Amino acid sequence: MNRKLRIILCLGLAVSIFSSRLVAHHGAAAYDTDKKVTVKGTVTDWLWSNPHCILQLDATDDSGQVVHWVTETENPSSMIRNGWTKDSFKVGVEISVLLVPSKISGRTGRIVEVTFPDGHKLLGRGIAVTPAKPDESAKP
Amino acid sequence: MLKKVRTRRKWAVLAYAELGRAAPRNPVAARAVLAALIFPLVLMFSPLVSVLAHSQERMAASPPGGGQGASPQSGAVQDQEETPQELDGWERPIIALPKDRKPAPAPRRDISGIWDPGLNGIGMLGAKAMPDDGKPEHQPPYTPLGLQMLAHAKPNSGTRAVLPGDTNDPVFKYGDPQGVPREDLYELRTIQIYLSPQNMAILYQFNKVWRVIWTDGRKLPENPEPRWFGYSVGKWVDDYTFVVETIGMNDVAWVDRIGRPHSADLRVEERFHRPDRDHLELTVTIDDPKMYTRPWVALDKLVFELQPPSFDVREMIWSPSQYEKYNKLMGITPSEKDTH
Repeated sequence: MNRKLRIILCLGLAVSIFSSRLVAHHGAAAYDTDKKVTVKGTVTDWLWSNPHCILQLDATDDSGQVVHWVTETENPSSMIRNGWTKDSFKVGVEISVLLVPSKISGRTGRIVEVTFPDGHKLLGRGIAVTPAKPDESAKP
Repeated sequence: MLKKVRTRRKWAVLAYAELGRAAPRNPVAARAVLAALIFPLVLMFSPLVSVLAHSQERMAASPPGGGQGASPQSGAVQDQEETPQELDGWERPIIALPKDRKPAPAPRRDISGIWDPGLNGIGMLGAKAMPDDGKPEHQPPYTPLGLQMLAHAKPNSGTRAVLPGDTNDPVFKYGDPQGVPREDLYELRTIQIYLSPQNMAILYQFNKVWRVIWTDGRKLPENPEPRWFGYSVGKWVDDYTFVVETIGMNDVAWVDRIGRPHSADLRVEERFHRPDRDHLELTVTIDDPKMYTRPWVALDKLVFELQPPSFDVREMIWSPSQYEKYNKLMGITPSEKDTH
């Protein structure tokens, strides 16, 4: 993909902080569940695997630098129930990811939802877009 | 409009008539007449043929009777209306269970079939009936030794959660088997139950683990060599309730996700109750006098729903190499020396 186009389409990093408490028992230890971050970028890899699926993307920050993000969902068996598949993401596609940032590693996070260019969304699990039941959170 | 239809019909009649006149003296024309007559009939009846073929396919997907899988006696899901949704691993539409499925009585002494508890058996906070949520009523009746052993466990979930890189959970740190009873209390997903005259086998989705529960009348061993999954015997206590007793587990595994301990003296009771054709309830009771002052219920009537016999159970395996890759990508590393 044309790099200029990619940079234009990568609308950069938008950080918004919400006060709502999120429900994620693993996340309570590993994630800053008081924050949500929106990352707009280009998919560089989609790993459909246990223990959790991992979506990687490149975004562009305010200074024009490319920033690499590693984001996770839950395992494939759970994500299938939300309509995710091994073919959900293709490398090079521009997406917007709403995530909860990690406390222990920079530029990593737990996916709340992904928005595609045509507007359709894929919802994460275990993080409260809709109120999650205690047992619907993730491991490890 | 009517005129157009009549004109087309007229042309069709004339065409058939012409072909009919030509047929006796021309074999090619004869075949054309035959084709012209049969083709519309095929078009007319193709929806019916499709329905019949689909019906045959469903019948082929159903196992024969005899208690293996979800037999017509135990299941009857295949008789319900089907609503294709997403694809299974075999790239076939997943048959959604009809919401208005009519209740039916459970078959007598049969819990075979494919049973799904949804996401209600994950057990992130430990035993579902006794979650580690800080409420005193959810604290099992630990003995002093039980509390001491609990303190050694470093789960990365619940009220005592450590960071993921610091856990000494034997399943995540070493790839140990879950064993009994943790197999029922953490990541309990779809199970398949098969019955034979001598035993019952349970196949678990998580990590593709299987167990055998003997029903041939044998006694539990008095001095068993320790096993991760112990020794299980089962019996019907009524026509719809099957009770499994398990002993002989090693003392390495945790009871559940949050590190509750057990000793080699552990006894586990699993009570499978089938209240109707489409549902199964599982209750698990823990009895370990070394670690707990009295027996306690760890799982209380967890509900499973019967799935169609052709249901594809997806692979869900915790692999050490995939876990290592996951940790590396997510930047998860130990922050201190573990003491496991």
